[in-house]
Amino acid sequence: MRAPSRSDMPETGRSFGPFRSPRLRTVEAWLLLLPSVVLFAAFTHLPFVRTFVDAFFSTPKGRRPSHFVGLDNWSDLAHDPIFWKVLINNTWYALGTIPLSVGIALVMALWVNGRIPGRGLLRMAYFTPTVLPMIAVADIWLFFYTPDYGLFDQIRGLFGFAATNRLGDPSSALVAVMVVAVWKEAGFFMIFYLAALQQIPPDLRDAAAIEGASRFAFFRRVIWPLLMPVTLFVLVNAVINAFRTVDHIFMMTGGGPDNATNLLLFRLYELGFKFWDQGQASALTVVLIAVLSTLALVQFLIAGRGVHYR
Amino acid sequence: MSDVRIEGLSKAFGDQRAVDAIDFEVASGELCVLLGPSGCGKSTTLRLVAGLEEPSDGRILVDGVDVAHKAPKDRRISMVFQSYALFPHLSVAKNIVFGLEVRGVAKAVRAERLARVAAMTGLAPYLDRKPSQLSGGQRQRVALARAIAGEQPICLMDEPLSNLDAKLRAEMRLEIRALQQRLGMTMLYVTHDQIEAMTMADRVVLMNEGRIEQQGAPAELYERPATTFAARFIGAPAMNLVPLETSAGPVLAGVRAEHVELVEVGAGRVAGRVKALEYHGADTVVAVDTEHGGDFAVRRPGRVRAAVGETVALAWNPTHEHRFDPTTGRRLGAIASSPSNSEPVRS
Repeated sequence: MRAPSRSDMPETGRSFGPFRSPRLRTVEAWLLLLPSVVLFAAFTHLPFVRTFVDAFFSTPKGRRPSHFVGLDNWSDLAHDPIFWKVLINNTWYALGTIPLSVGIALVMALWVNGRIPGRGLLRMAYFTPTVLPMIAVADIWLFFYTPDYGLFDQIRGLFGFAATNRLGDPSSALVAVMVVAVWKEAGFFMIFYLAALQQIPPDLRDAAAIEGASRFAFFRRVIWPLLMPVTLFVLVNAVINAFRTVDHIFMMTGGGPDNATNLLLFRLYELGFKFWDQGQASALTVVLIAVLSTLALVQFLIAGRGVHYR
Repeated sequence: MSDVRIEGLSKAFGDQRAVDAIDFEVASGELCVLLGPSGCGKSTTLRLVAGLEEPSDGRILVDGVDVAHKAPKDRRISMVFQSYALFPHLSVAKNIVFGLEVRGVAKAVRAERLARVAAMTGLAPYLDRKPSQLSGGQRQRVALARAIAGEQPICLMDEPLSNLDAKLRAEMRLEIRALQQRLGMTMLYVTHDQIEAMTMADRVVLMNEGRIEQQGAPAELYERPATTFAARFIGAPAMNLVPLETSAGPVLAGVRAEHVELVEVGAGRVAGRVKALEYHGADTVVAVDTEHGGDFAVRRPGRVRAAVGETVALAWNPTHEHRFDPTTGRRLGAIASSPSNSEPVRS
């Protein structure tokens, strides 16, 4: 059958309103795009360009307006020990939370995808942390971590262990906030895995069982490769979240003790809105964007190659 | 080579007995078809034999050993699924040798088997493709090739041809049958298509509502149906059933369409009006609306000169008449010796 060409269409089917000529149709298309283009340009693209430019200018102060300083902001950043500490913190934070939350999400999804009693309830329970705002989550965990009468110390107390101050101790504070992030994220990623698992026809499991594949072999050779597109998607999101979600830092530690839990975005907030150092903050923003873009690109290039998309 | 024996096999899902204490046997190298309408329990039976369902009761003997509670991989079976169940991310070659790989068969053996099986199923040019790049018929062949590659003595097939078009189905019937005989596989084949059962099977097990209605060679089921269900299910068009009053009481008389003749009005056993004519080329099936209310199918060779709405009379040779108990539907032993004293019941 021949697809109907434009000339076959009745006059009214061509376009709405008075836009008849190709040139006017282009105008029409642009007009339709205009609202979102304006919003994106005004609130995303222009600020980004502006930030990039600001990174080369000094911070305006009182009677001294901002002037071009070249790479000064960047060298200041490079010489700032806190910047490096924050960068390393965030690297550990990402390395810890991403594999853990994705791994736990996968295990939970496999678990609640099976035929087990009360799985509806279990699915809901796993997803609940996602529904809660991060601030509320931080509040809950603040109680868990409270020295002496927090949940953990009460349980430890039953066995005669001494009280702990996990958030107050520089050696354990970062791990403590990482646990909160994992707890919050895993349920969200589980939903994606669960949806993907339910797309896998049950016949494949039967076929693999007859062919002699153990449960593990079936997972490794069939389930895992079929989940790759979801894993990639979840990983990209997990990486972004590892650099983006700092609400619980505000609530729980304020970046302390001694910057032990300070992360890039939190540092950015400090520089920009506590110390009003616009030049430094702009430079740090560019660093953050560069880190995120590079990571996303690497993920697509490396992981994207072996992915089987249906 | 292996034989399969099913003894008192049952499967209940809650209160529903999907399979109800069935017994049958598949001899070594035999192709046995489990036939029946949807929901009769034939697929459940196959899944029980495969080990994909746990039986509620009964035994499944492979070469005399009860495998009813063994894992599927320990039953020496292969299986072809209705959906083919191919692994979408693996190439045709990887799909075929999947079982060999997970069972740890040496690489050289795998390559040799793959080449042989691919040649047998005509898949050699497609080994690098993904299942999504194949036609339905080719996917079917991959499923078949995977089942053969394991060289298991018993092959289970769950409606393997139901997703193919009619022409391909006819080809694959012959091909599967030839392959089964050539490799000497013992095959248990599930279908709802009585033509597949009739053309392929050494033995047919006809199931209905979780029970076995009748089992035997295809000709046996066709020529001596044990129940009205078997009589109506096997053969197309279905056997004509007409209530008769005999000296021994009321019976259901059954007669195949090809045994009915159109005779002069007044001369036949049953009269009626022509409702429709189906011309098939080699023969014509005439649907007749009979006076006792039921439809009657008449198959005559070549073309039939009759018009829709015309009054006709139907006759048949009494030796071709099957008789069934009208209440139980079971076959009655002997055909009444003198059909002249039996008259169709007029309703």
